[in-house]
Amino acid sequence: MAGLLSSVRKRLSSDALRTGRNGGQTDPVVAELRAALAPDRVRYDGAERTVLSHDASIYAGGVAGPVCFPLTTTEVQAIMVIAERHTRNVVPRGAGTGLAGGAIPLGAPIVVSVTRMNEIEQVDTANRFAWVGPGVVNLDLTRHLTPLGFHFAPDPSSQQVCTIGGNVANNSGGPHCLAYGVTNAHVLAVEVVLPNGDIVMLGGLEDEPAGYDLRGTFVGSEGTLGIATRVAVRLTPNPPAVTTLLLSFETIRDAANTVSDIIAAGMVPAALEVMDQRITVAVENYVHAGYPTDAGAVLLAEVDGLAESIEIDAHHIAALGHKNNALHIRVAADEAERAALWKGRKTAFGAIAQIAPDYYLHDTVVPRGALADVLDKIYEIADRHDLLVMNVFHAGDGNLHPLLVFDAREPGVVDRVHQAGAEIVRASLDAGGVLSGEHGIGVEKQAYMDEFFTAEDLAHQNRLRQAFDPGCRTNPGKVIPSGHSCADIQALRSVPRDVWA
Amino acid sequence: MTARLAVTDPVLLAFADEVGADGPVAVEGARTRWEVGGPGHPDTRLVRAPAGIVDYVPDEMTVTVRCGTTVAELHQALSAEGQRTALPERAGTVGGALAVGENGLHVLGRGRVREAALQVRYVSDDGKVVTGGGPTVKNVTGFDLPRLLVGSLGTVGLLAEVILRTNPIPAVTRWVASDDADPFTVLDTILRPGSVLWDGNRTWIELEGHVPAVDAEQARLASMGTWIEVDGPPELESHRWVLPPGEIQTNVDGFGSRFVASVGVGTVWADVAQPSRAVAAGVTALNQRVKEQFDPRHRLNPGRDPGAR
Ligand SMILES: Cc1cc2nc3c(=O)[nH]c(=O)nc-3n(C[C@H](O)[C@H](O)[C@H](O)COP(=O)(O)OP(=O)(O)OC[C@H]3O[C@@H](n4cnc5c(N)ncnc54)[C@H](O)[C@@H]3O)c2cc1C
Repeated sequence: MAGLLSSVRKRLSSDALRTGRNGGQTDPVVAELRAALAPDRVRYDGAERTVLSHDASIYAGGVAGPVCFPLTTTEVQAIMVIAERHTRNVVPRGAGTGLAGGAIPLGAPIVVSVTRMNEIEQVDTANRFAWVGPGVVNLDLTRHLTPLGFHFAPDPSSQQVCTIGGNVANNSGGPHCLAYGVTNAHVLAVEVVLPNGDIVMLGGLEDEPAGYDLRGTFVGSEGTLGIATRVAVRLTPNPPAVTTLLLSFETIRDAANTVSDIIAAGMVPAALEVMDQRITVAVENYVHAGYPTDAGAVLLAEVDGLAESIEIDAHHIAALGHKNNALHIRVAADEAERAALWKGRKTAFGAIAQIAPDYYLHDTVVPRGALADVLDKIYEIADRHDLLVMNVFHAGDGNLHPLLVFDAREPGVVDRVHQAGAEIVRASLDAGGVLSGEHGIGVEKQAYMDEFFTAEDLAHQNRLRQAFDPGCRTNPGKVIPSGHSCADIQALRSVPRDVWA
Repeated sequence: MTARLAVTDPVLLAFADEVGADGPVAVEGARTRWEVGGPGHPDTRLVRAPAGIVDYVPDEMTVTVRCGTTVAELHQALSAEGQRTALPERAGTVGGALAVGENGLHVLGRGRVREAALQVRYVSDDGKVVTGGGPTVKNVTGFDLPRLLVGSLGTVGLLAEVILRTNPIPAVTRWVASDDADPFTVLDTILRPGSVLWDGNRTWIELEGHVPAVDAEQARLASMGTWIEVDGPPELESHRWVLPPGEIQTNVDGFGSRFVASVGVGTVWADVAQPSRAVAAGVTALNQRVKEQFDPRHRLNPGRDPGAR
């Protein structure tokens, strides 16, 4: 994945990382950071700073300052204190799989990678919570919990690499968040180091901690309110029974209408994922999961819970599929077949590599009743810009993920990708939708924020930001667009004096 | 260019005018939880939030409702389409339920109040209508102002209108009770109960779902005690405690002569009040900074403190 996009990044880069021009200067905070952590855990070489200058988004990497790998909350606190003393910006970072540019450094900030804070500290199955470090990889946590009969419900497709800290910061979702809810519903408490160096526990093991719901506001704040150093997550019991249905349709419209009908019938299945024919063919060639390649679209529907109830729901879903002209309905016969289908769905993005070297994955949400019409519009937009679009998405909650596939070496194609992307966002908003379902705003959607919100609305978002980070030094230049934000985004494009860029 | 979320509804704009930009002001709901957060300042002008269901789209499982609407009225309209929300049945107005932010006794089955509000519209300290969140069931569009407003007791903004997530009412709801079952074992056995309540002797369980599933759960319970079907939950005591779910048993002696605890959740309705909960200094300072940002002149519901409960 990272390799896939690196070529695009280089070519899209307007201020690509300029390495090797040290000029005999070193960053003055490096020595202090090294003294506070350990010399080998504060990197200042070109390689580390290059790698950590971008994330999985299409956006050009910024310029990373010193890169720190703390092991403890106290070390993170020391970094924040040093940063404050030198009025330096800080960018928290997990696995760098974010798709909105949330983790890219702007203005040569201190990059704080929490990947080594990856201990599962405590698991309490009786009270259904676990304390984990922010660097714990999502799937590692679920693998740890599986033999105990539990799992961590948010399951982003990137779960093999993305971190709990990143999930918290982006309020990430995944296929199974339809029934179980996104990350915010699964975080009880977050220990945060604030920009002023205070260590605060937001939320708690009790359902309604006293005071404002600061835990709830921290989740989804995209690394702008502080650095999460420990997280108490809710454990979800593994369902005793699961049924996975694969429905195929001649048109994606029939698949989308089936989804709308399922929701309208009062069912909340564990997952409802749709893939169009193009992506299904790519997936099938890639992992041979058993998807039909001759259908216009497939719907992967999963119901879980008690055997007695999932049987009823599965029948109901099949009936609604038939009503919408399903070509074929198959129930996964065993765990192996189910696992193969999910592997296909979750590796869809990897499968794209066979088709073109580059892709841009969008993320908007529309009312579920509008899915079919907005999809028509998306194909029309891509056609008009002479681009290939594929659709694989969390249909149950109306969360579209149009994937524009291209070869950035083709002259002018990147501009067309951006134009088509903008039209897709606007088509979603026209249908009563929102800017992002799970990838966040980052730098990607900033420009649309004041099409959606009023200046007053954005000023209020900024009030929250300022309560946590009055100097606007934690992940500056993200989420709130320039003009409404405390940080001057343009200024971040330049690099402070004394910094080796 | 007009922002998509720009407010044009004259009802909301009139409410903002009524709130105005000066002087202490608070919203009066149905006064069912008026005492939460301490006494309000006596000079506070009281206003009422507008009422009425603005837009209910059962197929999307969302409802746009003005905050002066009663929860009873809202739930009556939703039940006609087989839906409900996480707001507690006992609450007065929708705005009051959200501003107080207390979960009901069905939280295991219906979800948390904090997760119910998808979009909020509130009147700010300077008398303007502000929107946070978004209209769809899933959205991460900037900072989560709905989370800030829920449970804020009207001290950072006065709730005017919200979009709530609805959820389906299951085919059957059945309450059973036992005097010889262990509620903590029950919680581990029943997959998705609507509620598990315990008064130190008796355990009540709300089973919900398709009929065969509820029958199967009820059959499973038989190995854990003697059960009878009952009409519903017990009467709740007036003082509400909030504990980590693992601390119900260790606190039993403090609940007074009668209590009902929500097992697996940690809410306890007791006949004595919970000692005030300690809040760490750093968190208190952060709460104060939030208040200063949103209401620097302390005109929104002065006297009330969401931290004092
Ligand atoms: C192939 C692919 C599939 C994906 N599928 C999904 C999906 O199904 N659902 C979904 O929601 N997302 C998906 N994503 C997006 C991404 O994986 C998620 O947003 C993920 O949660 C990011 O985690 P990360 O550890 O990589 O965070 P990063 O990318 O490193 O950081 C993301 C943001 O979090 C902040 N941050 C990280 N750690 C901390 C911390 N400890 N404290 C404070 N802030 C922090 C960063 O500053 C940044 O703003 C996908 C991405 C890829 C590449």
